[in-house]
Amino acid sequence: MTATTATPIQARVRRGTALTRALGSALPVCALLVLLLAALAVTDAGFYEPDRFLAFVRRAAPLLLLAAGQYLVIVSGHFDLSVGAVVTTGVVAAAEIYHSFPGAHWLVVTVVLVAAGALVGLVNGLVTTGLGVPSFITTLGMMLILEGGVFYWTGGSPTGYLPDDFRALGRQDAFGWLPWAVLVCVAVGAGVWWLTRSSWGRTLMATGDSERAAELSGVATARVRTVAFVLSGAAAALAAVLVGGFSGVSAQAGSGMEFEAITAVVLGGVLLGGGRGSVLGAMAGAFALTALFTLLNLRGVSGALEPTVQGVIVIAAVALGAADLSRRRRRSPAPPAPPPAAPAGEGPTHPSTGGPTS
Amino acid sequence: MAAASPSPALPAVAAPAARWRRGLADPAVGIWLAALGVTLLGWAVVAVRGGEFLTQPNITGILQNCVALGLIALGQTMVILTGSLDLSVAYLASLGTLVAAETMAGSDGNMVPAVVAVLALCAGVGLANGLIVTRLKVNAFIATLGVALILRGWIEDNYTGPAGDVSRSFQRLGYDRIGPVPVSVFLLVGVALALWFVLRRTRLGHHMYATGGDEHAARLSGVRTERTVLVAHVLCALCVGIAALFLAARFGAGSPWAGTEARYDLESIAAVVLGGTLLAGGRGGVVGTLGGVTVLAVLDSVFNQLAVDPFFKNVLRGVVIIAAVAVYARGRRSAGRSR
Repeated sequence: MTATTATPIQARVRRGTALTRALGSALPVCALLVLLLAALAVTDAGFYEPDRFLAFVRRAAPLLLLAAGQYLVIVSGHFDLSVGAVVTTGVVAAAEIYHSFPGAHWLVVTVVLVAAGALVGLVNGLVTTGLGVPSFITTLGMMLILEGGVFYWTGGSPTGYLPDDFRALGRQDAFGWLPWAVLVCVAVGAGVWWLTRSSWGRTLMATGDSERAAELSGVATARVRTVAFVLSGAAAALAAVLVGGFSGVSAQAGSGMEFEAITAVVLGGVLLGGGRGSVLGAMAGAFALTALFTLLNLRGVSGALEPTVQGVIVIAAVALGAADLSRRRRRSPAPPAPPPAAPAGEGPTHPSTGGPTS
Repeated sequence: MAAASPSPALPAVAAPAARWRRGLADPAVGIWLAALGVTLLGWAVVAVRGGEFLTQPNITGILQNCVALGLIALGQTMVILTGSLDLSVAYLASLGTLVAAETMAGSDGNMVPAVVAVLALCAGVGLANGLIVTRLKVNAFIATLGVALILRGWIEDNYTGPAGDVSRSFQRLGYDRIGPVPVSVFLLVGVALALWFVLRRTRLGHHMYATGGDEHAARLSGVRTERTVLVAHVLCALCVGIAALFLAARFGAGSPWAGTEARYDLESIAAVVLGGTLLAGGRGGVVGTLGGVTVLAVLDSVFNQLAVDPFFKNVLRGVVIIAAVAVYARGRRSAGRSR
């Protein structure tokens, strides 16, 4: 009853503020990005020569893909800590595939990898939503399983090589100047952006915002979330193809990337816990993070101190974003009012459902 | 006044019969039963293969392995219960061993200054974590990840390998034992008792549960939630400091990889959740965490006895963690739909 009367009003309000809100949450990261790009221009005059700038974008590409996938999972209220391990596994698995089938077509191998990544995501999603395991633990366990599995499979040191046609996606240019990686990123970014505009994307957002409300209005929250995990796994596998092409086979290919991706997404103004943020912000966050790494490199910050500077900037940037958000929330005290009412109505149902079972 | 009112109400909630029934469904009981089961299973499997599992050196080894992870996981329990998280524990443990070993510099006279220095450092880092989370309103995941990066940079910039020297008498903390029980286990039990007391018998503990359960409701009922989270972070970091002192005593020197090699950040969270504490906060406790740590240590020992490939061990560990948490989630669902 209440749901049917509330939906149209809510929808209208949401449509009115959707654009401003999307821009609003991504505003700090855009400012940070402009700042970093300006600093890069000052530090290195040649940075904006087309080929060098495109090379920089190519380097950022894997993280952009991971951020796009991670965004979908985070906005639905979960984490995916397994993406770094998926990248490592993908790179090593590609080398193993070429070891067994030297003549395999690159497209076939890529499709197999992406399908395998999607399968990993499917397992993550089913375990999280079906068995009710917190995604932090599910994907952490998946990370242990994949990393352990890869090293067990290869005996600790992956060998093999990746042929040039497979590596083209990660290091070659289309039409002689535009890196394939950029095209892949733009395609994936546009795809995810389109998805978030679709009805599936809206239910995903609603699920992350309030699972109970979404469930009561008829969203199959488990299915929506599982699809998000599947897409994140597939994006990670695609990132593995780019990483493999860019830097070859290594057992460390994806180590630490899960935290980088989550940092990028949060830097992009996406709320950990779900329900708020835009994919453009998330990808801008990934871009900003790569720009930060590049800047630190060019500035000659001692390689060892790099994490320290990174940590300080990440905390500062997120703190600034949080400060903005809390101020905006205080200015409009109306939205927070409904939530206290919902638990109050929910409260009495708990003892009554608990009673008969015990 | 307002702050005092929720604390006396909490312990008296359950009637004796209900408490007994809930006791059996309590994950803390379940995890200790699981620990017992894993031990028996390990004993049986090793015995079938013609080995001895419950030998004195093996028991000592298992207990020894519990200590470092146990101390860190106990600290992690405090933050997770309060609804926060600490990903900086691994690098903090590494830095702690380095500071301890360098301050001691091999002389017994420097033992007290070294302990004080490590605990002060850890309290400082915990305070920083807490302030970033509560004052700057940065999500705990990002805040402590950022602090972890800061510590990592500091360590990598200043140390390239083991440094310092732990004095002989301090190393006894890592190696002495009474019967089959290492003295360090008493340290772990002591810290666990202290934290149990804080959580169950003090106002601060009740505030922690309240804050983790529903921060908004806790604040409305007069709990100073920010201060509670801050204190939880400091307590966690102090536990890490104690773990670092133990690790330093064990290694005899400070090591930049002491905390990260064993992946104490993620392992400690896994142990806490394995012990039945809700990752979202508000439910769980010290007893369960110790059970979780014991299960991980016993499993490790069984795998070692069976000479399981170290990489394959990780695969098995991942499966066990997911499966265990799935069992809890199932129990909770059937008990009542609370997430």
